[in-house]
Amino acid sequence: MSDYNFAYLDEQTKRMIRRAILKGLAIPGYQVPFASREMPMPYGWGTGGVQVTAACLTPDDTLKVIDQGADDTTNAVSIRRFFEKTAAVGVTQATTQASVIQTRHRIPEEPLNEDQILVYQVPIPEPLRFLEPRETETRKMHALEEYGLIHVKLFEDISQHGQIATAYAYPVKVEGRYVMDPSPIPRFDNPKMEMAAIQLFGAGREQRIYAIPPYTQVVSLDFDDYPFEASKAEGACALCAADHTYLDEVIVDDDGGRMFVCSDTDYCESRRQAGHVGAQGTPMGKDAA
Amino acid sequence: MTPLLDVQNLSKYYGQRIGCKDVSFDLYPGEVMGIVGESGSGKSTLLNCLAGHLEPDSGAVLFDTKTDGLKDTVTMSEPERRMLGRTDWAFVHQHARDGLRMGVSAGGNVGERLMAVGARHYGDIRAQAADWLGRVEIRADRIDDRPTAFSGGMQQRLQIARNLVTGPRLVFMDEPTGGLDVSVQARLLDMIRELVRDLGLSAIIVTHDLAVVRLLADRLIVMKDGHVVETGLTDQVLDDPQHSYSQLLVSSVLQV
Ligand SMILES: [Zn+2]
Repeated sequence: MSDYNFAYLDEQTKRMIRRAILKGLAIPGYQVPFASREMPMPYGWGTGGVQVTAACLTPDDTLKVIDQGADDTTNAVSIRRFFEKTAAVGVTQATTQASVIQTRHRIPEEPLNEDQILVYQVPIPEPLRFLEPRETETRKMHALEEYGLIHVKLFEDISQHGQIATAYAYPVKVEGRYVMDPSPIPRFDNPKMEMAAIQLFGAGREQRIYAIPPYTQVVSLDFDDYPFEASKAEGACALCAADHTYLDEVIVDDDGGRMFVCSDTDYCESRRQAGHVGAQGTPMGKDAA
Repeated sequence: MTPLLDVQNLSKYYGQRIGCKDVSFDLYPGEVMGIVGESGSGKSTLLNCLAGHLEPDSGAVLFDTKTDGLKDTVTMSEPERRMLGRTDWAFVHQHARDGLRMGVSAGGNVGERLMAVGARHYGDIRAQAADWLGRVEIRADRIDDRPTAFSGGMQQRLQIARNLVTGPRLVFMDEPTGGLDVSVQARLLDMIRELVRDLGLSAIIVTHDLAVVRLLADRLIVMKDGHVVETGLTDQVLDDPQHSYSQLLVSSVLQV
């Protein structure tokens, strides 16, 4: 443990990242360049999010790490262990207990509060990238608010699929100014981005940090005749009967049996503890846990 | 009558080398100006300075803006100039791939300028795109195809549709028929001529091909080594060139 500074990064690096975070909060949705450090994990494993989390953590924090809504995937477990080891912070799987939550691909179902920070892992921060590969040009488009191109992408979607088929990383406009990639969360989560907690986005390989302060307007882009819909799979969770959560389809046996369950495992668990039972769930007594 | 464009003493240098020097001319609404010369004559430099793609070293390019009347586009703010670039101005590149988004459908290519100026109704945008594809003789059932699936001539017609959809008042064209087969060129030229006439467009066309300006241009500027050596009505310059270089240019095309 004494081999590392608190939370792995040295204090100077953390100060540099904090400056980028503060700048990001001051200009909601604007991508702030930062000098991304090598982390002891490969890119694609959330090195951007890890650096942001490292810069935010204090010894009193309680950390939760989720990957696609679950706390127990390899990615989530290894990041949680990393901070247990390097910062000796408390960890939790309960959304309500966490002060800092690092996430990949989901926003927790439980509404977050003003004392919490949500840190997103971001693979590609530039929402205009796939139609305009030139960085000089996309920077200019952001600076001059020339955002017609983002609608070209949605236009192509409708032309090809009869509807806006973009299901993840659905582009948003923040506080009426910057168009932003919300990272590959399902578009079902987009409306939740208007929240009480601070949201920070870290892209390690691309060296960008951006942020949404609490209670900031976040609008999902659309057309007048094809309005945005926060869609999800139809039906209710097979385990906890929730019909308002984002569902994952899981294979349950070798015969291809399938069921839909909450992607947010902590939320599903809490509901079952509270006595909710889905069509394929079993009542959960205190002894069953 | 106010000119649409009033170019005053425009000069551009590349280090010591002259790109174009002291170019002045007016363009009136509905007029088509041809700029001819060999490669290296400065005609492309001039066009790019006029369209705001290159910053000239001196001189002014006054454009009759809708809101403020004649305004120097060289000194106006970049956002304002870029706004002109997607509203009142259009630019047709020699190579269609420079002016098209090759990864976007024909409909999306035409619709982009509409969306860039705030159109947010998918049905309306698509209907306008379909209408413009029809006007450049691209079949309606190709609207969802990408330009990579189009022939060279079709790509160029698509580029023209994409540029004209927002009703620009001034169109810059850089060798619009260059690189195409002769038969395709002829058809494209006819189409451009009809569009210019039907829409009352003003245009500045740069070309080395005198047949193009013979068909399209009302007036001509002949350039050599970055300088304007002769200007006049197209027929006048082509049938009775005064400057020795113009005479050479005209006679060389006659030999072809
Ligand atoms: Zn559930």
